[in-house]
Amino acid sequence: MQRRTFLKAGLLGGLALVAGGAVYRQLRPAVAQRFALDADGRTMLAALIPAITGINPDAPALQAAIDRVGGAINGLPLRVQKEISDLFGLLSMAPTRRLLAGVPAWPEATPAELAAFLQSWRTHRTEMLQTAYHGLHDLVIGGWYAEPSTWAAIGYPGPMKELSA
Amino acid sequence: MSSPIPDPIQAGIAAGWQVIDASTLQQDRNFDADVVVVGTGAGGGVTAEILAQAGLKVLMVEEGALKSSKDFKMREADAYPSLYQESAARKTVDKAINILQGRTVGGTTVVNWTSSFRTPADTLGWWQSKYGLRDYGVEDMAPWFQKMEERLHISDWPTPPNANNDLLRTGADKLGIKTALIRRNVNGCWNLGYCGMGCPTNAKQSMLVTTIPGALEKGAMLLTRARAERFTLAGGQATSLECVALTADGMEPTGRRLTLKARHFVVAGGAINSPALLLRSGAPDPHQLLGQRTFLHPVVVSMGLYPQPVEAFNGAPQTVYSDHFLHTQAPDGPMGYKLEVAPLHPVLGATTLSAFGASHANLMKRFAHVQGMLALLRDGFHPEAAGGRVTLRSDGSPQLDYPLTPYFWEGARRALLTMAEIQFAAGADGVSPVHELVTQPYKNWEEARQAIAALPMQKLLTRVVSAHVMGGCAMTGDAASGVVAPDGLYRGIGNLSVHDGSLFPTSLGANPQLSIYGVTARLATGLAERLSRKA
Repeated sequence: MQRRTFLKAGLLGGLALVAGGAVYRQLRPAVAQRFALDADGRTMLAALIPAITGINPDAPALQAAIDRVGGAINGLPLRVQKEISDLFGLLSMAPTRRLLAGVPAWPEATPAELAAFLQSWRTHRTEMLQTAYHGLHDLVIGGWYAEPSTWAAIGYPGPMKELSA
Repeated sequence: MSSPIPDPIQAGIAAGWQVIDASTLQQDRNFDADVVVVGTGAGGGVTAEILAQAGLKVLMVEEGALKSSKDFKMREADAYPSLYQESAARKTVDKAINILQGRTVGGTTVVNWTSSFRTPADTLGWWQSKYGLRDYGVEDMAPWFQKMEERLHISDWPTPPNANNDLLRTGADKLGIKTALIRRNVNGCWNLGYCGMGCPTNAKQSMLVTTIPGALEKGAMLLTRARAERFTLAGGQATSLECVALTADGMEPTGRRLTLKARHFVVAGGAINSPALLLRSGAPDPHQLLGQRTFLHPVVVSMGLYPQPVEAFNGAPQTVYSDHFLHTQAPDGPMGYKLEVAPLHPVLGATTLSAFGASHANLMKRFAHVQGMLALLRDGFHPEAAGGRVTLRSDGSPQLDYPLTPYFWEGARRALLTMAEIQFAAGADGVSPVHELVTQPYKNWEEARQAIAALPMQKLLTRVVSAHVMGGCAMTGDAASGVVAPDGLYRGIGNLSVHDGSLFPTSLGANPQLSIYGVTARLATGLAERLSRKA
């Protein structure tokens, strides 16, 4: 889908997100309330982490960052974990991903397509998509910079070692 | 993992404090006390100590866990999930405002930034004239603030401000805007800068290391990981409090229930959870006031970039403030704001920066050169700043709806302009108001002035945060305007008091901890006298 078409999806997209969430839950009734980071979710985060942080980590660092995002989600209330499960589901299923995000399969999305997706949700007139952008932004960036190995690059020395061991 | 710092909580437990972690209970339990205190933050902690000192048998109930200096490792990844409500990501219903609130023994006092202000005189005067709190004048309250200042070692902070704070002072000075120094509740502070993650040296005089140990020493009992669900009300009295035990991670109920009986109950769960508990209990509310007029001091943020290092992660987090813009107009005139700064650690700082991709990474390369300035807008004084409303979700959990009005946005724009001007005056080479449409930091004040004047002020575009939740159980002289009487008693329930920030009939215009300490010390002293007389 072209970005312009996507922007026109506006309100329809918001409705689809609601309905899609319900469908997605129906399709996966066995999902526990706790968010479970599955292979689809990992694939999506592997594309989103570089797109959101602006950093291209090597494969082990990327996998560790994906784990941290999953861990951060598991620290949220179960009600919020369920919302995030729905969001991940919608962004993993091809039809809803194409409709809502306008991107092909995550591994095939170009940096420009990913940036266009993020920018359009960031300023979207459908509040639900704006809040979804904020959620992805904070989870990915929070997960990335929670890790001490990312601190040297930003000039943060970390807490006093004697008291943080 | 060991720390060289002695841990007073571990020592107290070893010495026989009565502490029960409800997550470990294998069966339902009943407890009796003279007074049950729900919540162990600023209001609950002060109340528990004063009642225990009066010889009353006190039972404290806390949904958070008991953490102490041995756990406080100054790492955001651990601190936010373990010490804050909803992993420090609690939000209003529309997700437009992020709310920082503590959830641990000691409540928000464990994670606040130690700023200690008496309730401003114009706020107390407003309460006296508009809300019938006749005995809440500056002179009436002074002895209570003084008592708590002494108890919590609140005093002038002699160490020079860190660069983050000093830039507020120097920039404001250049513009003729008056600043002053913030008093702090610390004793032997190492000036590390990690107050928001739990004090690793026990220097911060939070409830965790002061009043709660004080109450436990006097024989009080502390129940942790227990969530107060509802009161049983009958004949204008609360007969018991039903609680559910939570899992060790606080995520969900274990299925075990606790029934607490007492002569008197004090609700001190903070301004979201206290109204919610009373709403779940069906507390009398003939004028539809419960949970209404919830205030946040909604905050807008401006990031300044400086040629020199700022290291906003180092040193006492808040030591300089300006009340200039609280006094340029009447309290019910255009919205006033208090200026402060925010400590910036990687997770809090990076998530607050409104950018993604290369522009975010470029800002982060200058992370140690960023100054974070805050404007806290004073809500509750103007008809278009009537605050938010706490209601219940279908599962009984609370949610806060807080409309951001055109009146607020007018103030937010002025505040963003003020902060940019101060930051450039202090030598910034770039300023970024935290707003989704700001793609590059502004290069000078003239560019910023024009751009901010044109920025759309809208929720989810302009970042709005809060660390001060107040109101919802307003204390007033008149039953038609508040659910709580000036003595702290909930109207219509003879043995139930509210002792926390939810009492405030407006916001304060100042960081709330000392206001809560002073007001609840007074209320608890009165309650202790009444209960001791009856005993």
